[in-house]
Amino acid sequence: MKKVITVALAGNPNSGKTTIFNQLTGARQKVGNWPGVTVEKKEGKFFFNDYEIHLIDLPGIYSLSAYSIEEIVARDFILERKPDVVVDIVDASNLDRNLYLTVQLIELGVKLVLSLNMIDVAENRGYHINHNKLGELLGTPAIPTIGTKGDGLKELLEEIVKVKEGKESKLRSIPVPLGREIEEEILKVQQKIEKNSRLSKKYSPRWLSVKLLENDKDIIEKIRYSQYGDKILEQVEKSRNHIMSIYNEDPETIITEQRYGFIDGAVKESTHWTKKDRITLTDKIDKVLMNRILGFPIFFLFIWLLFQGTFTLGGPPMEWIASLVNWLSHIVEIHMAESLLKDLIIKGVLGGVGGVLIFLPNILLLFLGISILEDTGYMARAAFIMDRVMHAIGLHGKSFIPLIMGFGCNVPAILATRTLENKRDRILTILINPLMSCSARLPVYVLFAGAFFKKNAGNVIFSIYMIGIILAIIMGQIFKKTLFKGESAPFVMELPPYRVPTIKSTFIHMWERGSIYLKKMGGIILVFSIIIWFLGAFPTNGGISFKYKDELKKIDKVYENKIEEAKKLKSQKSTQIIKNLIKEKEEKKKAIEKKIKLYQKEHSYIGRIGKAIVPIIKPLGFNWQMGVALVTGFVAKEVVVSTLGVLFQAEEESLKNALAKSGMTPLVAYAFMVFVLIYIPCLATVVAIYKESSIYWALFTVSYTLVLAWIVSFLVYRVGYLFL
Amino acid sequence: MGKEKMEKLLTLENLRTGDEGIIIKILGEGNFKKRLLEMGFIAGEKVKVEKYAPLKDPVEYMIKGYHVSLRHEEAAKILVEKV
Ligand SMILES: Nc1nc2c(ncn2[C@@H]2O[C@H](COP(=O)(O)OP(=O)(O)OP(=O)(O)O)[C@@H](O)[C@H]2O)c(=O)[nH]1
Repeated sequence: MKKVITVALAGNPNSGKTTIFNQLTGARQKVGNWPGVTVEKKEGKFFFNDYEIHLIDLPGIYSLSAYSIEEIVARDFILERKPDVVVDIVDASNLDRNLYLTVQLIELGVKLVLSLNMIDVAENRGYHINHNKLGELLGTPAIPTIGTKGDGLKELLEEIVKVKEGKESKLRSIPVPLGREIEEEILKVQQKIEKNSRLSKKYSPRWLSVKLLENDKDIIEKIRYSQYGDKILEQVEKSRNHIMSIYNEDPETIITEQRYGFIDGAVKESTHWTKKDRITLTDKIDKVLMNRILGFPIFFLFIWLLFQGTFTLGGPPMEWIASLVNWLSHIVEIHMAESLLKDLIIKGVLGGVGGVLIFLPNILLLFLGISILEDTGYMARAAFIMDRVMHAIGLHGKSFIPLIMGFGCNVPAILATRTLENKRDRILTILINPLMSCSARLPVYVLFAGAFFKKNAGNVIFSIYMIGIILAIIMGQIFKKTLFKGESAPFVMELPPYRVPTIKSTFIHMWERGSIYLKKMGGIILVFSIIIWFLGAFPTNGGISFKYKDELKKIDKVYENKIEEAKKLKSQKSTQIIKNLIKEKEEKKKAIEKKIKLYQKEHSYIGRIGKAIVPIIKPLGFNWQMGVALVTGFVAKEVVVSTLGVLFQAEEESLKNALAKSGMTPLVAYAFMVFVLIYIPCLATVVAIYKESSIYWALFTVSYTLVLAWIVSFLVYRVGYLFL
Repeated sequence: MGKEKMEKLLTLENLRTGDEGIIIKILGEGNFKKRLLEMGFIAGEKVKVEKYAPLKDPVEYMIKGYHVSLRHEEAAKILVEKV
């Protein structure tokens, strides 16, 4: 039996945490979410000497102050689950700020090992760190590492074992000194806390006192309802006032200053600096990429490459997937007798699997691009450049990429909102993303614009895209002021130095996103596809289809006879006549099959729903065929076109003519295009929203887009009516 | 605080590219202030204005040896003394 050690990885964003996690666990990792929140959780297992190490990657954070969900998740994990050892990945080239988190971990009293990562970068900049000295001063062992090369990781693991076994003498819990005045008040609060034995057994009383003095809302709530809670909080109130009266500043400020003071001292004593600060490579690159004139063109070039890389390069693999599914359907078609099960397998299951897989190429390619942008450090610059524009419409600079990607497909675009750290920004970006008109809506516009606005088709389609963008801006403002009012998140964004990403990390990241999509969303999308197939296939009307089947048989018979007769002619013309007859037969059969499809569409549950909503869509000028088409469009918006094809018994050019002749006016056609733009994003997008935020936001998106679609189409139809 | 001293005080927003300032105090409160403090914006610390974004907002600063960007509205809440 190997001994198990649970190890949590903590560290600032960009400290190289993911790189080290990947180095240690390789591909053997499990990616999921922390319970209840959409913060990513990664776990991995591996063996080292006589130990089985369980590694948990905590979210990248700057502090442990319950400021964001990430910080709460990390803190709760350390506090409640008590890992055996916490490894703090510190960016050695940015020591001061990184050690702020370290100091808080020391305060928590955990068994800590420091990984002084990016030691190569630090050395290059002329910072020489005496890691033994630093470890001694902080009271925690410190191991220099280079995450990208794997240097120092063996020593790190040895140190973890040593700490776990209690054999590390460097590990001393020395409290970080916070100054005499504060220490006195900490003591007072601590004495009150110690009266509650349950509390002081579970958490370090000193740590609780510090947090209470820092006015940590999360801890205050924890204490409030515990034994002696009011007594403790009373003392906290007194102490805070006392500190305030001495320093004329709130205690959290003083405590932060003291911590940084402690860090300053430790760093000064353990590092020395040789080279003069020269212009770094990052500065040089930024001179070009962040240039006042070149900055935007280069940015748009990168975005264009990302878009093309995702959707153009993604095209062929999507076709392969489609042909694979077609091929499988074909095999089933040939080898199975006509039955409902066959229909279920072909249309429900295979169609559904195809509908899931079809998104995979785009997702993988987009995340390949995003992970390169993030790991090189350009992502933060992109946000820096775009923030002015995005902030004007109430969003964050980082919202831009997910929104632009929405024009290709909303599913990968919504997954891409993970790059936004702040929850409000993320949800806001998700909510308005469906208003970016994805490529699946284009066939609908092309059909209607082609049928009703022949000369102006291009302009009309462009105007639809613009309506989407304008609505996104308006809705963004409305949501910001209603759903997300209150203190807005400050924009304090680190601009990390440029780095060369490792291929391994990039591909692991890309693969992770793809497998999460398949695991978390694939199943749900498949189940819904089958339900929708059911709604489209039932109720079957045996009678009518038998009637048609008889007709088909009759045709076969009639033509068989005719062909026999033609054969008897034996003239030169006979082969030609036979050919014509066969053609005629096929056409007649096709016409009947079309009628069966029409009947099926019209009388299935979906058809009935489509007809039932007629009273609702009548004010928009829509007829029942449009209603049915809209209902079927929930699977994917391009399906609207094929449904209309069935309902009007026509395809492509003839469908355009059929629509033009159906009594529909150009105004109704335009209102319909607007409706298709806005109403419920497709099934896969709704599932993506559900998995990236919550079921409530998914349902909210469904409802708000429906209401908005109706209102805007109504306005288009009614106001247009006045002018035309 | 005397009137003369007040006049010398600037906010970070008033500094231009290349300027350096020493932080005196963070105005404002709550999460915003806490976050800035934790990121190293503490009294006595030196901040340098690195560059403005192409559209003038946000602005990149250097503090404690790393780069960070703030919007104008946030920089306006940081009192500094120009050096
Ligand atoms: N030179 C050098 N680069 C490193 C080292 N460790 C990581 N990197 C690079 O630093 C960048 C950021 O590393 P990540 O592992 O993504 O950092 P992280 O802490 O996971 O960052 P978040 O994902 O933002 O939390 C990548 O481009 C890595 O290749 C190191 O020791 N030396």
